[in-house]
Amino acid sequence: MRKTCFLILLMLVVFASSPVGLANCLAAAEPPVEGGRLPEINLPVPDNAEEKKYLGLDQESFFRIPQIKADVVIVEMFSMYCPHCQKEAPIVNKLYQAIQNSPALNGKIKIIGIGGGNTPYEVKLFKDRYKIPFALFPDADFSIHQLVGEVRTPYFIAVKINSDGSHRVIYSKLGGFGDPDDFLELIVKKSGLMEGE
Amino acid sequence: MAIKRARLMLFLLAAVIAVQWSSAGGAAEPSGSKIYQTGKLKPIDSQSHLKVGDKAPDFTLPSIEGEKVSLRQYHGKKNVVISFVPAAWTPVCTGQWPGYNIAKEMFDKNEAILIGITEDNIPTLFAWTEEMGGLWFPVLSDFWPHGKVAGSYGVLRSDGTSERAIFIIDKNGTIRYIDVHDINERPRLEVLITELEKLRN
Repeated sequence: MRKTCFLILLMLVVFASSPVGLANCLAAAEPPVEGGRLPEINLPVPDNAEEKKYLGLDQESFFRIPQIKADVVIVEMFSMYCPHCQKEAPIVNKLYQAIQNSPALNGKIKIIGIGGGNTPYEVKLFKDRYKIPFALFPDADFSIHQLVGEVRTPYFIAVKINSDGSHRVIYSKLGGFGDPDDFLELIVKKSGLMEGE
Repeated sequence: MAIKRARLMLFLLAAVIAVQWSSAGGAAEPSGSKIYQTGKLKPIDSQSHLKVGDKAPDFTLPSIEGEKVSLRQYHGKKNVVISFVPAAWTPVCTGQWPGYNIAKEMFDKNEAILIGITEDNIPTLFAWTEEMGGLWFPVLSDFWPHGKVAGSYGVLRSDGTSERAIFIIDKNGTIRYIDVHDINERPRLEVLITELEKLRN
């Protein structure tokens, strides 16, 4: 009996210590943690044919982030009203270009943005103002923002998508990521993308 | 002995959970955030006597650039959008004007100037807007006599801050749109722009 109690308690401690452990289960609306999974986020398939092609979507109406045809998806939570996001926009564009220009990474790492509290009009203004080449999705009622723990912006989440459709979060952090090349190197390393090549 | 061990394990479990929760929560807080969290406030705490079609009360206030700005200087030249926001360094306000800052073209297209007003003093407004990276439109202080202009527009709250309010005034000085907004929420940009576009017709 004593042994059983001890074992149960020990298992609880180990479970709680893991990054995807008890704390996460109890606090559903915390930001995604590295090693964990994304909450279920349904996004509308873009009307823009180029954006749809970039994301490699077969779906007609809605899709989930792990359904994007990529090995890694970088999600930027932003707001057009956030000056830090405005400053970060050209840097994220540079990251996009660095990926597109790399024969080894082009098509494997993709970026999307989600505008917390932003209407389609506000997201379009942000996209036009900073000439953002990838798809941005409005989240006018903050519903996605709430699912990802009401993070401040900009907030970047990178997700590794496995060939069997499963996924895991490999990066989840508040604030700008600094130098795009360094960040890309970090994402490649964390995803194990180039391993075995 | 067994009870002691169980207590120890429970204590360890609680400590681990506490650490996990605090680190998870910490991720949502920006390091060095200067924004004061006000919590949810009474949505509207004033009663404006002004209505669409009224003459807009004139005013002259100091700007953070060091000059005085009057409403009448735009008479016959520009439509005027006045954006009252409650206070510097507070959550929604800090996320309102930076949005307008990248929408200058929309104001220009509609021959409009935007004027931002708060009840804070000039040094506070200067530091706050510098933190935003600077703004293209005049930012005026209604600090002294405290809230005189907000009062004349009927949007001074009982705590000395103003409502989150938008007034659109045409080139003739007539009020064409009033939005005394829920202080806890940001007005939609497209609503403001749509109202401005109506002035062209």
